[in-house]
Amino acid sequence: MKRPYIVPVVLVLLVSVALAALAVPPPAGGSITGKVTYTGTPPKMKPIDMSKEPNCAKEHAASPVMTENVVTGPGNSVEWAVVYVSASDQGSIPGTQTLKFDQKGCQYLPHVLAMQVNQPFEVVNSDPHLHNIHPLPKINAEWNKSQPPGTPPLTEKYDKPEFIPVKCNVHPWMHGYFVVLNTSHYSVTGADGSFSIKGLPPGKYTLTAWQEQFGTQTQDVTIAGGETKTISFVFKALPY
Amino acid sequence: MGKTFAVVLTIITIVSTAFFIYHGHNDLLWLPVDASAHGHGVDHQLMETMYGSGFLFVLSQLLLGLFVWQAASRKEGWKYKTFPGGAKPMVVLAIVLVGIEILALSFVGSKVWAGIYMTPPEPQALPIDVQAGQFAFYFRYAGADDKFGALHPDKIDEGSGNFFGLDPRNDVAARDDVVVASLVIPVNRPIFLTLHSKDVIHSFYVRELRLQQDIVPGLLIPLHFTATKTGRYEIVCTQLCGLGHYQMKAYLEVKTQDEFDQWLKQQEAQQ
Repeated sequence: MKRPYIVPVVLVLLVSVALAALAVPPPAGGSITGKVTYTGTPPKMKPIDMSKEPNCAKEHAASPVMTENVVTGPGNSVEWAVVYVSASDQGSIPGTQTLKFDQKGCQYLPHVLAMQVNQPFEVVNSDPHLHNIHPLPKINAEWNKSQPPGTPPLTEKYDKPEFIPVKCNVHPWMHGYFVVLNTSHYSVTGADGSFSIKGLPPGKYTLTAWQEQFGTQTQDVTIAGGETKTISFVFKALPY
Repeated sequence: MGKTFAVVLTIITIVSTAFFIYHGHNDLLWLPVDASAHGHGVDHQLMETMYGSGFLFVLSQLLLGLFVWQAASRKEGWKYKTFPGGAKPMVVLAIVLVGIEILALSFVGSKVWAGIYMTPPEPQALPIDVQAGQFAFYFRYAGADDKFGALHPDKIDEGSGNFFGLDPRNDVAARDDVVVASLVIPVNRPIFLTLHSKDVIHSFYVRELRLQQDIVPGLLIPLHFTATKTGRYEIVCTQLCGLGHYQMKAYLEVKTQDEFDQWLKQQEAQQ
């Protein structure tokens, strides 16, 4: 028995399935969430005296900016730690979105800017006075640029992974970090110390947590399917 | 024409001199307020120089006016009067006179200068460590133990607020050192600063204290003074030290002893 209509029906079905497969994104993959905390006594966060720059002193008169080399919160949480896949990475997507690093009120916002190699970022001066931005890389090329008020943003990028301290020669208390990574699987801890890395295809990963003063810690994690694993990093803190 | 010039010159000289004398009380035109125990000596010296050179300046302007007037009203056969022996002895005489004047001012002035810079600090003076670096001043108080921690330039870490390079982990004396960005002092108490530089030559200058001292890298430079008026005064760097030189300044806050004690206690609690 001949069914001449079966061929077009099957074709239509096949095309529909193919289209559906294209339209629906691939399974989100697994994710890793958790917290970065400390034990012991961390260094005290100290108020920064900005009296030499009256604009900034005025801006923070009510609540002074505190030192940010170790920022802790309730529950021994550690802010500004970077958690990233340091080995056995897969499914990483190149970073194309331009990030922003602002100089505002004589402070770097954000304190830690994590980015991928060759990902562009803008350095903005939102203050009514001069800053000079001086990152101190050891592997990447070093530059030191002056940015008077009203200057258009500087667009920069780094081509090698590195943890780069950033300073302003005019305002010695200004301090930040560029964290250049080889992966899109990273997360910077928030005020509660939490992080979340999404879109991990099934597999075994090496996860590293970095904090500018505490150093690094590493853990291996295996992700199966679309599961969410919870991992915590605990740094030992010393007051000095 | 010559006579008009002579008259205008004389009028300008008299009017501008009168203007400055009349506004002698104005700090913007004359000297800023003197907030130090030693400043009157400096001011006295400056004023003496000012009066001496001012008197000579006015006199020479008026003489110039007179000579122009004479020359403009000369008649046929009028001859210039010359100094006996020609120009040479006149130049020699001028050099000797001016030399004596400058030497005399220097000798009198050096007494005042040495009284400030070359004398030892009072034994009860409050010691404060001052570090100048591109492009800020930082000040350090010894804290509760009255001992300054040792300096380790390799440990300088501005990001964590360790501007002086202290080693609190191994050095107990460094743990309570108070490091601040403003020089806060009690009024009427001798202060003993030890100035040093982290990088290049800087200079510590406070107009109201009548103090200016270069800070040379590698040297510990002593400087002592007593502030006599409470208030907030600007400390500026007066040696061109790089790109941010114009932004290199700090503030001197002279407080009453009670206010100072309270401030220091508050700072110690933050260490």
